[in-house]
Amino acid sequence: MTHHHHYQDDHDHSHLSDIELRVRALESILIEKGYVDPAAIDALVETYEVKVGPRNGARVVAKAWADPAYREWLRQDATAAIASLGFIGRQGEHMVAVENTPDEHNMVVCTLCSCYPWPVLGLPPVWYKSAPYRSRAVLDPRGVLAEFGVSLPETTRIRVWDSTAEIRYLVVPMRPKGTEGMSEEALADLVTRDSMIGTGLARRPEEVAR
Amino acid sequence: MNGAQDLGGMMGFGPIAIEQDEPWFHAEWERRAFGLTLAMGATGSWNIDMSRHARESLPPAEYLASSYYEIWTKGVEKLVVQAGLVSEDELRLGQALRDPAPIRRVLRAQDVPAVLARGGPADRAVEQPARFAVGDRVVTRNINPKGHTRLPRYARGKQGIIELIHGGHVFPDTNAHGLGETPQWLYTVRFTGTELWGEDADPSLTVSIDAWESYLEPA
Repeated sequence: MTHHHHYQDDHDHSHLSDIELRVRALESILIEKGYVDPAAIDALVETYEVKVGPRNGARVVAKAWADPAYREWLRQDATAAIASLGFIGRQGEHMVAVENTPDEHNMVVCTLCSCYPWPVLGLPPVWYKSAPYRSRAVLDPRGVLAEFGVSLPETTRIRVWDSTAEIRYLVVPMRPKGTEGMSEEALADLVTRDSMIGTGLARRPEEVAR
Repeated sequence: MNGAQDLGGMMGFGPIAIEQDEPWFHAEWERRAFGLTLAMGATGSWNIDMSRHARESLPPAEYLASSYYEIWTKGVEKLVVQAGLVSEDELRLGQALRDPAPIRRVLRAQDVPAVLARGGPADRAVEQPARFAVGDRVVTRNINPKGHTRLPRYARGKQGIIELIHGGHVFPDTNAHGLGETPQWLYTVRFTGTELWGEDADPSLTVSIDAWESYLEPA
């Protein structure tokens, strides 16, 4: 879907919704005035639709599980440790990794907008940006987790990180049992997007179709 | 400002709509809205705090009734008018009526990877030492500024503990209004659930925000 758009050739707008017309109008004005290169829009969209996604974060988590030195680096300087795998830039300039333990479960939200670590997770899902999640994550996280099918022991404390500044948080989920000796690549297959937001857990090996 | 974006602790929005195998975009117009928002951001005509404020100062009823990329689109419309790049009548008609205004730079497709890789680091040197240390007890100020702020309502006037110190960071409350970056020390402040929500809160809950130094006083 990375073709160029030539809206001036498109005369029949009657089938388009208000917001479609609005975005078309805005884009055509910005292009006509020379402020925006439509090929740059294509390249931006392609980057986040094809090149960046939660597989990046899964590699970080799997490496942290498998490599104690890397895990320590991630604790001390997550931005640098993550950059060492090539995941850098916009919305990941200042990273902090937070590790789940049997005693404490971490969950990330941005109550004020949609702050999310793009280089490691890609663009956020709609639910992450939506009012139901943003309103309740800080007030009733166990209720939120239940909607994701996650039930934690009463003895596990819940720790919610509201991303109100430019610090971006990556949850390192607990390594599932029965994964001793697995390769980093195989471990990465267990790491879901939601487990790195804190609304899910890493999958057990038997849950992954190989 | 106490706008509709400040959602923490509100109720009544219903269940979370979780979509399995969710696509990155749900319509072609979302792709274009996303791309043109980033491309215009890269022109240097405004900063990220200005763009957040443009979205958040939508009337509350409109903000809550708009989808995410609708909010982004409305934000860019406001920003291009404020920056003198596009006029209201041009937006209304959907066509350019006047010559372009001078613009700092235009993002070219070949520069996209480098621009995204550079990002927009917000850390800045701050001359004075940090006022607080890890473990210090602090109380957030009870402020209700008419302008932009990143101190959510649910965490105002609350006691917490400094957990992390992130160094100096651009202060959004001024930067959003063209009043300079005026960097301040940035901290992660952790609160108990009961401090934020009262005695009925989950006793096992703690919540943190990232707070600039001027949001905080010693407790």
